[in-house]
Amino acid sequence: MIDRDQVLHVARLARLRLSDEELERMPAELSKILEHVERMNRLDLEGVEPTSHVVELQNVMREDAPRPSLPRERALQGAPDAADGGFRVPSPGAS
Amino acid sequence: MSDLLTKTAAQQAELIRAGEVSGEEVFEFWRERAQDDELGSYLWVAGEDGGGELPPVAVKDLFCVEGVPSSAGSRILEGYLPVYTATSVRNLQAAGANVLGKTNQDEFAMGSSNENSGFGPVRNPWDRERVPGGSSGGSAAAVAAGTAPWAIGTDTGGSIRQPASLCGIVGLKPTYGAVSRYGMIAFASSLDQCGPLTRDVTDAAVMLRALAGRDPCDSTSIGLPDEVPLPSAERLDGLRFGSWGLEEEGLDAGVAEVCRRTLELIEELGGRVTDVDLPSARHGISAYYVIAPAEASANLARYDGVRYAYRTDDYTDLLSMYEHTRAEGFGAEVKRRIMIGTYALSSGYYEAYYGKAQQVRTRIVEDFRAAFEQVDFVVTPTSPTVAFKLGERTADPLAMYLSDYFTVPMPLAGTPAVSIPCGLSEGLPVGFQIAGPAFSEGRILDAAHALEKAIGFEGVPVPA
Repeated sequence: MIDRDQVLHVARLARLRLSDEELERMPAELSKILEHVERMNRLDLEGVEPTSHVVELQNVMREDAPRPSLPRERALQGAPDAADGGFRVPSPGAS
Repeated sequence: MSDLLTKTAAQQAELIRAGEVSGEEVFEFWRERAQDDELGSYLWVAGEDGGGELPPVAVKDLFCVEGVPSSAGSRILEGYLPVYTATSVRNLQAAGANVLGKTNQDEFAMGSSNENSGFGPVRNPWDRERVPGGSSGGSAAAVAAGTAPWAIGTDTGGSIRQPASLCGIVGLKPTYGAVSRYGMIAFASSLDQCGPLTRDVTDAAVMLRALAGRDPCDSTSIGLPDEVPLPSAERLDGLRFGSWGLEEEGLDAGVAEVCRRTLELIEELGGRVTDVDLPSARHGISAYYVIAPAEASANLARYDGVRYAYRTDDYTDLLSMYEHTRAEGFGAEVKRRIMIGTYALSSGYYEAYYGKAQQVRTRIVEDFRAAFEQVDFVVTPTSPTVAFKLGERTADPLAMYLSDYFTVPMPLAGTPAVSIPCGLSEGLPVGFQIAGPAFSEGRILDAAHALEKAIGFEGVPVPA
């Protein structure tokens, strides 16, 4: 179960502003999904190793050869606000 | 030229090779078909001629193609023009298949009906009031309706196989690592895999040959150990098929009936059918709807209004710019999954959700390993139901998630599976799923080929 305060907390962690309507709807909606998810608690998982990845690869190496990187103008071409060869954002300190 | 419509992609390639038709003519034929699409399958259609040795391919929107709008079905990426091309698409181009268009999809591949697209739904060519499935809904509808000769999609929990099933075509999810993920706009990185949506099994093999390969740009890519042979089997003698799921709650009776007939057909072709149990796979949906959203919540952190695409106009500082950009740019389902994923990874809940889901994943891997000691293939219905009506499940996210019941265990285990059409229920296509151990694509497709011949499924009556 997840309540309104938790929804607000998680939304803040996810950098997501929720509308009043979403804030109204989400606690019940997410709780229903989590309730289904919690069915996995019926399995005995004592001592079972977690799997984060199915491919058993380790230390995949490639040749460490220099090659041209993306030109700066191209890297910036999709930016909503490019300026002075960089991505312009509001000051983190501004309020 | 209109007889190209009745030909598979491999047959069209043969005509090009024999000089009976040029690659340019084939491309132009399909470009006009794609432009006339009425189902909402396409978000962009190529403007220029791009003839090659193979017919052109419709590409799910989430594949980056240099200079071509690639939005992953999301408003937050509207107008985004990638500066590079996905390896899978480059491999197809190198083999002679150029990009025909970008196909509609659920936003960031999150959905099972294509109704979560930021650019409108796709309609099922068998019944326009119904969904094509998702998330590769545009790719599936285009191939089924004959507005593309073949297509690529991605499968994270069923997003190739389920729409293939609902549209009556072939869809293959390769082994994790068979195809490079470089240039695919990421959803859940430990699950995402690119694969073909085609008219028949042979086309799937032809396309897989071009797609597969190790890529230095994706360190999880391995390629396939051997080149996939062109499928040729007409019998299934000596092969063991383990049937799973026909007694599951929620399986539509009509779908079960068509799948049972397919099992009988397997036996007529010399195969042996037994039941197998995958006790933990029953909890696949639970594990999947923690792991996939958790990975998505991290992958989607990059859409913050700084480096590309959409930025809100409504902000006073950096934090409100992030929060408003994401609130305005993402659709409801994407927000829901980001919320679930962030919650499952948050302090105090990590072990209870994410840790546990990863343990269930181990159990599912073990289930398949045990099954493949007894049988060559695990077979199931692909989707518990035929195509449902537009709007029918949008109000109930959980009901939508359960569409993936039979398809999520395979990506969790990293194993390959194909869906082939096996008949009709209520006049709508039913998909039959054949799964095998990792890197068994060649054997899966060979068995699917024999079954396909015996089933003799006829595609959607293509409108002239």
